[in-house]
Amino acid sequence: MARLGLLASVIAAGFSLISPALAQSTVTIPAILELSGAGAVSGTNFRDGMLMAIEEINAKGGILGRKINNQLLDTQSDAGISRAQVQKVLDNDPHVILGPVFSGSVLVSMLLTQQAQIPQIVGGEAAAITQKGHPSIFRTSFGQQFSMPKIANYIRDGIKAKTVAVLWVNNDFGKGGRDNFNKEMAARNIKVVADVSTESGQADFSADVVKIKSANADAIFVYTNEEESARFLREAKKQGIRAPLIGETTLLGQKVIELAGEAANGVRGHVGLTVDAPIPAVKEFADRFKRRFNYVCDHNGIKGYTAVYFIKHVTEKVGKFDSKAFAAAAHGITISPQQEPNILMEASWDKNGDIDRDSFLGEVVNGQQKIVEILPKLGK
Amino acid sequence: MNRFGAIALGAAAIVAIVAPFFLRRYGIYLISMWAVLTIAAIGLNLTLGYAGQVSLAQGAFVGIGAYTVALLTQAGWPYPVAFVCAGALCFAIGWLLGYPALRVQHHYLAFVTLAFTTLVFLVLRNEEWLTNGIYGINGIDRPVLFGWSTGSALDFYFFCLGMLAFLSATTWWMLRSPWGRAFLALRENPIRALSLGLDTRRYTLMAFAIGSSLGGMAGALYAPLVQFIEPNSFALGLSFNLLLMVIVGGSGFFFGPFVGALVAVLLPEWTRFTEGYYLLIYAALVMVMMAFCPSGLLGLVGRVSKAMTRRAPSPPLLRVEGTDP
Amino acid sequence: MESFIQLLVSGLATGAIYALIAVGFSLLWQTSHTINFAQGEFVMLPAFFILAVMNAGAPFWLAALIGIVLSVIVLGLLFKVVIVDPMLKYGVLPLVISTIALSLFLKEAAKDFYSSQAQPFPTLVPATDLAVFGAVVSTQSLAVLAVAITTVVALHLLLHKTRLGRSMQATAQNPTLAKILGIQVERMVLYTFLLNAVLVAIASILITPIYLAKFTNGEVLGMAAFLAAIIGGFNQVRGAILGGLILGVLDNLSAVYLSSQYRGAFPLLILIAVILLRPHGLLGRAEERTV
Repeated sequence: MARLGLLASVIAAGFSLISPALAQSTVTIPAILELSGAGAVSGTNFRDGMLMAIEEINAKGGILGRKINNQLLDTQSDAGISRAQVQKVLDNDPHVILGPVFSGSVLVSMLLTQQAQIPQIVGGEAAAITQKGHPSIFRTSFGQQFSMPKIANYIRDGIKAKTVAVLWVNNDFGKGGRDNFNKEMAARNIKVVADVSTESGQADFSADVVKIKSANADAIFVYTNEEESARFLREAKKQGIRAPLIGETTLLGQKVIELAGEAANGVRGHVGLTVDAPIPAVKEFADRFKRRFNYVCDHNGIKGYTAVYFIKHVTEKVGKFDSKAFAAAAHGITISPQQEPNILMEASWDKNGDIDRDSFLGEVVNGQQKIVEILPKLGK
Repeated sequence: MNRFGAIALGAAAIVAIVAPFFLRRYGIYLISMWAVLTIAAIGLNLTLGYAGQVSLAQGAFVGIGAYTVALLTQAGWPYPVAFVCAGALCFAIGWLLGYPALRVQHHYLAFVTLAFTTLVFLVLRNEEWLTNGIYGINGIDRPVLFGWSTGSALDFYFFCLGMLAFLSATTWWMLRSPWGRAFLALRENPIRALSLGLDTRRYTLMAFAIGSSLGGMAGALYAPLVQFIEPNSFALGLSFNLLLMVIVGGSGFFFGPFVGALVAVLLPEWTRFTEGYYLLIYAALVMVMMAFCPSGLLGLVGRVSKAMTRRAPSPPLLRVEGTDP
Repeated sequence: MESFIQLLVSGLATGAIYALIAVGFSLLWQTSHTINFAQGEFVMLPAFFILAVMNAGAPFWLAALIGIVLSVIVLGLLFKVVIVDPMLKYGVLPLVISTIALSLFLKEAAKDFYSSQAQPFPTLVPATDLAVFGAVVSTQSLAVLAVAITTVVALHLLLHKTRLGRSMQATAQNPTLAKILGIQVERMVLYTFLLNAVLVAIASILITPIYLAKFTNGEVLGMAAFLAAIIGGFNQVRGAILGGLILGVLDNLSAVYLSSQYRGAFPLLILIAVILLRPHGLLGRAEERTV
């Protein structure tokens, strides 16, 4: 009887795995994202930015007359499940795939999309992603190999620091950033006097602040996720850290300011994607997002949003739904807001799929992020 | 095994062999994952269902096995050798861990194994020189065995299925051997077994070590299946999952792990239409199941049909009312 | 030296929180042999109750009270009646599985029905900083210490000086004998669950301003509760408290003086050592094993 149960289950499973046929009047753009587990915050932000873009595009008639059919799949922040989802999606011959965000899941999915020659637009920032020779991988945010030199230059020229302390979160995001950062520091002869790793989800930073304080560096580079940044800033203020705190969007963003309160004042850093950029299109996007979803989106939301418009623009340029032609057209393309207003800022994509775009140096003053300087594209 | 059971088993085997031809790559990947997880669950069932020890370490052993195979094959060692190494290494570690750990009471063992799993995770993550740390190991090739390339989804599935058949047959044979019978007797009545001169601890330790070894072998298959491994996949989450599989399928039943793993792999699929609430539903279903049939699905089936499927008596931790001994 | 004191003080503050959570965990084990793997989520949840009530317009103090009441009902009464009671007759293992599933359920429920993002949470005391022996400690941490100590003292008085408390202890030590003596064992067990619910609600109100309300809070806190309870001694309330404080301080010291990547490892190694060498913990009584 148990064996019959086994048999019945397998048959039922078979039925559940055979996918329905797709209508010709839609185009399938599935998204494989971290909707639960450790990456839930990043994945859900990316998803919401993406959903808003899809709603807007579908309201205007879709891409080349076909509405976007968006399939949403959860990787549960696990590589094995990511791979399963990518496999599932590839079985249905999608046009383009969006996501994942976590670098580990991205790498495992790349193995499959490369074989299938389907373009993939990811949210991961690890340098390795665009260095593997995948012919159709793209991203809508800076790789760490591009953002770290900018920060390093700022530390050398703007702060004029000779020694630096690094605080980083021990996941693929934080470690990748820290590795790239240390490399840039070495290239500029700036000594890393403290290298402090923290855990994802950590709440008590007193020990880490003590270590950093006793290292007495000229500047402190903080590379953790938003919530941990907020907790760290509070502890740093409490223990009276004087050296400048430098970071990226995950240190200067609206969300961190909201959670850290006064402790965020004085923090400086490089922001690639931020809802606080002094660009009207970005501000309008941020307002629309807030009204639609009731929270302030982080940089992952912008990644998701611009990714969909990137797909729309390139597909329309090619004129048909051809995955190979998509990749060819997308390499080397530059999209400006005149052509596509919802790309928000002019951006170019190189032959590896990396993005080149203006970015900003910011500082938190009186609870607001102020842009101090605009850093132009590297390729101009 | 009675005739009814034999027919059912035969039918299931036929389905297992024929099903992949009706499935696409995603479906084949899922059933390959089922086969791999069943092997790990069989190992845990030995420890938990038969020896009555609550172990939360099985996830770590799967991880050790996976990393062993990944590192060795990427260093050029042939896959069969790496596979055996994974099993042997996990057996050794299981023995070393079990030796002091099995002296404590059941609930303490859960915490010791919980601590062990987290420690293994920390080592896998921090020792970058060995394991590539948090970045994981990517691009693990599927093995070529005696000229047969298992690269395609279908081929690799049959490889996994073959290993599952082989390992479960071995386990079955082991349980029917004199050693195995002493082992079952021990669980049925430990005091009596002791009075007959059996060394309880030795048997329990052996079961734990063999169970760990099976976990390692499951890991050895996991690595080429997913082709990417990272420390996060082998942390407490996997141990909890395997525990749930064994319990839901029926702890102490030989085929419990098969059913449990099937539920664990398919349930997310069936509840996926609920768009993101499926983990919630999965958890709720497990709780309901525990309230109504804590001896698992096979226990429920056994009670309902009264068919005499060959099973081990309930472990001391599960006292189900109203069942035959 | 100044840093050492800072670490000690911060560690004690964090440890006090762990102690509060561990105490409830110990109590549940002692009276009803329930290993509550969902204890961490029990601490995570009341904060969300309170936030939800505040979103409906109530002021903080009212929301906090309602939150405590809701905790007592859901995490105390419902937990016992719906989950623990039906399972207990099947033994410890199904209950363990159930509480593992429950922890997953509560975590996903908070994420799906409230938010996956961290939410700020109002503090009981205004957050200013004081200098104590050269170290800086926030008033929040002092409040936590104060409330924790008060709770422990109150609990001690309850358990040892009141009839009710002594009945609860009797139930924990020998339920059969307690029943013979006329103690309403079932009711005592219920009180333990309600007490645990109150403790976790208080812990939630104290911790969440620092930790921020997030659905993953339970993972870290639950683990800390198990470690504290076992290291200190599973069968004594005092043990849970000592375990919590030791854990808090040890975590900080090991992060600074040993490796930061392995900071999580030291408490675990101590746990393993304690279980293998002295399973009843530092302060616990040795349990007799019946054959």
